[in-house]
Amino acid sequence: MPSKSYVVETLRRAQMLELLSKGTRLDGRGLSDIRKLEIQTGVIGKANGSAMVSLGNTQVIAGVKIDKGIPFPDTPDKGLLICGAEVLPLAAANLEAGPPDESAIELARVVDRGIRESEMIDMSTMVIKAGKFVYAIFADVNVLNVDGNLFDATSYAVVASLLTAKMPRFVMEGDAVKNTGEMNPVPVLKVPVSLTMASIGNTLVADPTSEEEAVMDARITLTTDGEGNICAGQKGEPGALTQEQILTAADWAVSKGNEIRAAIKEATGRA
Amino acid sequence: MEEKRKLIDENGIRTDGRKWDELRPIKIEVGPLRNADGSAYIEFGKNKIMAAVYGPKEMHPKHMLVADRAVLKCRYHMAPFSVDERKNPAPSRREIEISKVIREAIQPAIILEDYPRTAIQIYVEVLQSDGGSRVAGITAAALAVADAGINMRDLVVGCAVGKVDGKIVLDLNDTEDKEGSGDMPFAFMPNYNAITLLQLDGLFTPAEFKQALEMATEGARKVYALQREALLTKYFAGATAESTAEEVGE
Repeated sequence: MPSKSYVVETLRRAQMLELLSKGTRLDGRGLSDIRKLEIQTGVIGKANGSAMVSLGNTQVIAGVKIDKGIPFPDTPDKGLLICGAEVLPLAAANLEAGPPDESAIELARVVDRGIRESEMIDMSTMVIKAGKFVYAIFADVNVLNVDGNLFDATSYAVVASLLTAKMPRFVMEGDAVKNTGEMNPVPVLKVPVSLTMASIGNTLVADPTSEEEAVMDARITLTTDGEGNICAGQKGEPGALTQEQILTAADWAVSKGNEIRAAIKEATGRA
Repeated sequence: MEEKRKLIDENGIRTDGRKWDELRPIKIEVGPLRNADGSAYIEFGKNKIMAAVYGPKEMHPKHMLVADRAVLKCRYHMAPFSVDERKNPAPSRREIEISKVIREAIQPAIILEDYPRTAIQIYVEVLQSDGGSRVAGITAAALAVADAGINMRDLVVGCAVGKVDGKIVLDLNDTEDKEGSGDMPFAFMPNYNAITLLQLDGLFTPAEFKQALEMATEGARKVYALQREALLTKYFAGATAESTAEEVGE
């Protein structure tokens, strides 16, 4: 999504590689450091849960709506989770309005995978009547300002929204679903945390900025579940990674993930 | 995803009779399509996948062309009859994401700089799907690119590993993919040890992740031997692998 100016890119890349060889970055961070993370929850009163997240200059807002839905035929006794992401045209100079492109679809699917595969939410309790009605969670993210690493900002925003969301309690009344008006927290079991890293000339950096993404060779996102497991992963961009880089990425995902998890728990009152 | 039934029996045998580190039967053919500039067909377990390449050709739309190299495009698509329940033929979000990761997995192997201002289009059509269709698709697509005579640094070959009944196993079949507890598609350029596709879902400890990565590399090397043999069969029919290695100057 950053503007792809060949000349600027080539010059920047040379400068960046020199800095990276000294173990530092354009903005002065160490290789595995992430930018300042700010999380504000409950920003949209009409949503069941919401969060505004900034990661450096990347800013996103997530809103979660929870309603009744019809289960998928292969999972009649489980609630639904549907993640969407849109990079709004107001988020950078080079963007245009339109349906989500492949990058936005990948973004939503990688965030979805982290939440789903970590089993963050106890979906088996999100059932109104098995096979008929279940709770459906719609998590939508709008990217407001692009400065790299949309994956993590989006992921943290959805997780923070879910941690603070209140959902209505539905009951069956005959064949119809009735809203009792009672509001309860979402049944959360774990707090998944993603960490996205970029490989630039074989050096791995965590939480890349737009400038870094413009010159990166490959990207990798790994999500951990806080119980010692890696639960989702995605390599991206047309470059390659070595096995050593991927194992380093896994180490960082676990260690940095723990720090970020603590910050998310604190910001959402789940500490 | 909880496991509903045992997928590995007490003798360590999987639902389709394989051992933990065994690949499904694989059949590869290079150049089955006449019109395409390059093509390949792969059967990987029950997967039946056709890959085709057109290009280098004129870039459309023109404003998308790149002055100093070719632009690589990729479409992964599943036929409506390829799965148990008919699939809507319109591209799903899953297919759009897979098209992107396949393109990014193959791109490092193609010397795009040799074809400035052009487009190279890869098609991966899944005619029948089983577990691991994206990695089988990559294996076929890389062959189709080679068959098109496009300059490459290496082939790209894929293989998935997964977690079934708490054990890391090679090359998941459909049942293991759906009922197992983890899946990790993987692809690499075998002569560079450069990993060009990695996805993961399910729960893996860091130690299992490392084991999975090593097992995938080893499995993909076995697929690479078959991939290379398929290319030699088309272009050096009758010759042995050793004598052709000399001919191609290795």
